[in-house]
Amino acid sequence: MLNLRLSRPKALLLEVGVVFLLVLATVFGVPPLLTAAGQAYRINLLGRFLALAIAALGVDLIWGFTGLLSLGQGIFFALGGYSLAMHLQLQIPTGQLPDFFSLYGVSQLPWFWYPYYSFGFTLAAVVLLPALTAALLGYLVFRNRIRGVYFAILTQAALIVFFNFFNGQQKLINGTNGLKTDTTELFGQLVSSQPIQSAFYTCTVVLVAVAYFLCRWLTSGRFGRILVAVRDDETRLRFSGYNPTGFKVVVFAIAAALVGVAGALYTVQSGIITPDAMSIAFSIDMVIWVAVGGRGTLVGAILGALLVEFARNNLSDQFPEFWLFLQGALFLLVVTVLPGGVIGWVRTWRIFPPPTVTTYPSLEVDLEPEDDQQDSRD
Amino acid sequence: MTSKILVTENLTVSFDGFKALKNLNFSLEPGELRVVIGPNGAGKTTFLDVITGKVQPTSGRILFKGQNLRRQTEEQISRLGIGRKFQTPRVYLNLTCWQNLELSYHARKSVWGTLFPRPPRDERRHLGHLLEIIGLVPQAQSRAALLSHGEKQRLEIGMLVAQSPNLLLVDEPVAGLTDEETGKVGELLLTLAETHSILVIEHDMEFVRQIARQVTVLHEGTILCEGTIEQVQADPRVIEVYLGQPQE
Amino acid sequence: MLSVLLDTLFDGISIGSVLLLAALGLAIVFGLMGVINMAHGELMMIGAYTMYLVQNSFGGLGGVWFESYIFLALPTAFLVAALGGLMLERWVIRYLYGRPLETLLATWGVSLILQQFVRSVNWAMVIGLVLWGALILTGRLLVWPRWGNLPWMSRVWVIAAGALAWGVGALAGERFGLALEEPWFGAEGVDVNAPDWLQGGIPLGDFQLPASRLFIISLTSICLLGLYLFLQKSPWGLRIRAVTQNRSMSACLGIPTGTVDALTFALGSGLAGVAGCAVSLLGSVDPNLGQEYIVNTFMVVVVGGVGNLVGSVVAAMTIGILQDLFSSGILPLLLGDKNPLTGFFNFFATDSMAKVIVFALIIIFLQVRPAGMFPQKGRSVDA
Repeated sequence: MLNLRLSRPKALLLEVGVVFLLVLATVFGVPPLLTAAGQAYRINLLGRFLALAIAALGVDLIWGFTGLLSLGQGIFFALGGYSLAMHLQLQIPTGQLPDFFSLYGVSQLPWFWYPYYSFGFTLAAVVLLPALTAALLGYLVFRNRIRGVYFAILTQAALIVFFNFFNGQQKLINGTNGLKTDTTELFGQLVSSQPIQSAFYTCTVVLVAVAYFLCRWLTSGRFGRILVAVRDDETRLRFSGYNPTGFKVVVFAIAAALVGVAGALYTVQSGIITPDAMSIAFSIDMVIWVAVGGRGTLVGAILGALLVEFARNNLSDQFPEFWLFLQGALFLLVVTVLPGGVIGWVRTWRIFPPPTVTTYPSLEVDLEPEDDQQDSRD
Repeated sequence: MTSKILVTENLTVSFDGFKALKNLNFSLEPGELRVVIGPNGAGKTTFLDVITGKVQPTSGRILFKGQNLRRQTEEQISRLGIGRKFQTPRVYLNLTCWQNLELSYHARKSVWGTLFPRPPRDERRHLGHLLEIIGLVPQAQSRAALLSHGEKQRLEIGMLVAQSPNLLLVDEPVAGLTDEETGKVGELLLTLAETHSILVIEHDMEFVRQIARQVTVLHEGTILCEGTIEQVQADPRVIEVYLGQPQE
Repeated sequence: MLSVLLDTLFDGISIGSVLLLAALGLAIVFGLMGVINMAHGELMMIGAYTMYLVQNSFGGLGGVWFESYIFLALPTAFLVAALGGLMLERWVIRYLYGRPLETLLATWGVSLILQQFVRSVNWAMVIGLVLWGALILTGRLLVWPRWGNLPWMSRVWVIAAGALAWGVGALAGERFGLALEEPWFGAEGVDVNAPDWLQGGIPLGDFQLPASRLFIISLTSICLLGLYLFLQKSPWGLRIRAVTQNRSMSACLGIPTGTVDALTFALGSGLAGVAGCAVSLLGSVDPNLGQEYIVNTFMVVVVGGVGNLVGSVVAAMTIGILQDLFSSGILPLLLGDKNPLTGFFNFFATDSMAKVIVFALIIIFLQVRPAGMFPQKGRSVDA
């Protein structure tokens, strides 16, 4: 009676196959098609937005599954981006300093730049620096049982703090101008050159798939069920003998690592990282990708990032005045009318099986139920 | 003293000067089924809160199997072997019944333990058996949100048992249940009492009569009296504070 | 040396006052509904722009009008912001009760809309909006009642009316050109000219107490006192406190919780409007004004704890003074060159770096008092 999951290995195989085909198609199929259509610049856009999709997966992990709304993911995005950018800035003859230092009369490389000479360290830093920062911040906050809205605004405050730090330190990291990567060299070639950009594109597509399966693994097993339990009733979980703090710290760190990787990939494909990656708006955008796609569904996170960013790219060029109106309206709509996002909406067509996990947490225990509010209106 | 499973000594809990519990001295033998009754505001739920670590005692101490529970967190106390059922059923609504039980049963409750679980061998058998005891076999794969109130109550008791605690703390298990369901839960508790120590908080006197051997009456944060249900009901002080008029 | 310290302290208190004024509204709303309003900063901005408008209309008259326009601007800003808050609560937030995180996102959407609105508002847009509102009202009063059983009809009506109104606005803009299409405020900041008596200072020993800052401090004190009296002595204040403590019980006792929510939200928003007036005295007013203050305001609520005026006061003053103490660079000055801490404090002696250290202090503080300075106690806190 309890072996309803017999078909699971088959389903998994199917899923791996589909993702593999999608990866192949995106890597080998899409670029020639776009080039043929005279839209080659869109390859770069797609690469960038796929990088953002990795960030969206991270946000989905913490918000969609665990119920932690972080408005500070930009910190980790920037940490990943700056790490890679610093390494690229150092690809110059030994003894020289990156150009911008001379503007501020700095003659000695700041100490924390030295490790970034090493490529291995840089790769590790892209993942670990955001993860460790998140783990520390998360530990300090979660262990005191600070959660919900408090957590959200604390992460936002942390974001502002990091923004101020990066923005104000010209002599350390070029302050508000940020670090450019498109004029730097990697393996003897300009980073903005075609072969390197193609390599980054391929790398991004593959990493989206890797991130997808990582999240899939995390959310499908026991760990995933505990994340859902944390979201639905964290207090109860303690009485079941679990310490939610550990789980929240780990998942927050993993999400931060994903966002960090996204930041690094986005930076090299857009050519620059500035403290604006830590603007309040950008971090909230990450949340809205997930909300648009469908919370608690990994495909939704990827889809949402691509949809919103392509829409922004097209609309904000044509109607710069109206994009903010549209974006604001999008926030309102997705929260009020479409709480399950695109995926949730598609599921109401009943073509696909209903979700095993609903996408939003239950009501807070001590808030009144809705029927009280729905008095005389309509 | 150490043979007792649960002892509280001069336990006091105060919230901003209001004393929810006052010098409470209480003890429970291993294997005992004890019912705690008391009017509203007597401190019953606070009593459970303080045992399970949700509230820290202002003074006094709690010994569980001889071990002081002071400064232990909820999850540590839970792992020591105290399980708690809440007044309104609290199950994980977005998980299935099976997953609810599995989550409570799981022996390795660290992050690593859940990321890389050992292959479950006895677990399936054990949980299947448990599902039969609480009578939720047909609902095993449905989401807990879809269960009726009574089924949620039974599921939560099942989750409690799955934790295999030594001491069960059960807060109003039959509130809002029909007579038939009440009877079922009563039998369930009596079955469990054969292998566990149980402390039940209840209002429903009919139900108390069904399951109780020893009854403790709380009033304004202290123990008013203890004894069998007949003794307690005959006690004039109890009649005064709680029952008003003896029933029947 | 003493005067520098006094000056810093005074500046800190006035910054704290602005924070407090902004945080009061946020704190009572958060205490009541568990909702953080991300558009609170934009309500401040609206208050500031209201001040600018009033100043333009009356300040130009000169003489006594210019000297006293501020006393008209304050209540106007209060009312405008309160009205904005009321609409926000009625049209958005009440549908999201019990979902605080979603509310946060929705109000962020509103804040984006408000920012862009202030940037691009012109007569054509206003004509369109008024027309839209009129059409919706007509629909509600005349059309919907007859199609009572067709809920989708109202949506179609609203959308169609919106399209029509937008078209009319755009057409009018095209027809009359710049007269209608010139933005009222634009994306650039505008300056509010304070009356003369607010531009001077009151000499105290060898330094001047700037009058505008004194004014802000007294304004905050008056608002605080008013709010205290309202909450403690008036019947509606009693209801607000009751709903804050136990919503369902209050509802059972016949308190109209919906009305209480709306009233509180309007009150909180109105206070934000007044805070906006205060801010406009300190610098130029631009569409991003709300964003600059909002995070610090949130921190006041986090540190002060929920539903407690005293907590908000202490938190706002502490954060304001600390911020100023670090950013003014007075600490290294006091310590002298020899002290090893001087270098440390020098590193943080800018506005942005002061924020870094204040945030670090807040995180440390929360390790000791996670629920803020004055946490609520009792069984019901964590249900």
